Amino acid sequence: MSAHAESHDHFAGTNRLFVSVWVWLLALTGFEVFLGYIRLPVMYMLVILMGASIIKAALIVAYFMHMRFERLNLVMTIVPAVVICICLLLIFFPDSFRARELRYGNAQAAPEQR
Amino acid sequence: MATEAQALTNDWGGGVHPYHVGHRKLGMWLFIMSDSLTFSALLIGYAYVRASNVWPTPFSFYPGIVFSSIMTLVLLSSSLTMVMAVSSSAKGRRSRASKWILATAVLGATFIVLHLIEWKHLIDEGVRPFQLPQEWLERWPGATPLFGATFFGITGVHMFHVFTGCIYLLVVAVRAKKLKHEDIEISGLYWHFVDLVWMFVFPMIYLLSVDPGKH
Repeated sequence: MSAHAESHDHFAGTNRLFVSVWVWLLALTGFEVFLGYIRLPVMYMLVILMGASIIKAALIVAYFMHMRFERLNLVMTIVPAVVICICLLLIFFPDSFRARELRYGNAQAAPEQR
Repeated sequence: MATEAQALTNDWGGGVHPYHVGHRKLGMWLFIMSDSLTFSALLIGYAYVRASNVWPTPFSFYPGIVFSSIMTLVLLSSSLTMVMAVSSSAKGRRSRASKWILATAVLGATFIVLHLIEWKHLIDEGVRPFQLPQEWLERWPGATPLFGATFFGITGVHMFHVFTGCIYLLVVAVRAKKLKHEDIEISGLYWHFVDLVWMFVFPMIYLLSVDPGKH
């Protein structure tokens, strides 16, 4: 944050920094594809993939979209609102398990996802 | 002491620009906020129908996942060229910035072409928005026909964003010399956002639907 204070109109960050962010994004994508190759069980896949994707999104927002060099005021206006709204959207999600039970019945175990 | 007070008032700037960005840039950020909620809603809706149904996992690692990984590579590289455009524009090299923006638009168009090839592949296989191919139904008995709806819906909305992004970038590339630096930065914001969305679409739609039987 503070690195930006003296140079507001300049585009902070060197090309070297951006290329290294890009390499990190590629590496994380490669890791995700590798997980698809070894075919982890779907729950592990989901958790690890979402973790990696959130890291990638954070890298893109912070460096490519320049958020890390913006005033804290702007960051605090945008980021928490989006994160909270997305968490609120997730409230619906557990209902899908109920819908699954309704559809496939309680007595007979629902077919597992592969 | 005087300089310290001056620095403070400069930072405050009379409250005219509380975020220290122009109104257009703030507008783009607000648009990105609302658009990210659109995509979250789509992806969470997809997760909902997927968790409550038998869901086909049809993508073979090769060619399916490898092909979509190449699409991801193209889109990530287009983000890098966009950053290069903004950074050359910040140094006042407008014609170079314009070339980088053109390169970004070309990579975006490449992404669309690759994506359409993939769509055609699935459509030829018999996937429709509300219908699965017969072989899939034999392989995954009772599978929901919503696979096509979520696949074409989510990737379609994303592809539409890439398409409008390409047009936006072409306009910016042509007018690069007349525009302010911040305007070029704003077009970059939009483009990186489209890339960011793909970082969620790719794992959720493709990597979580790898065919466990086929290599």
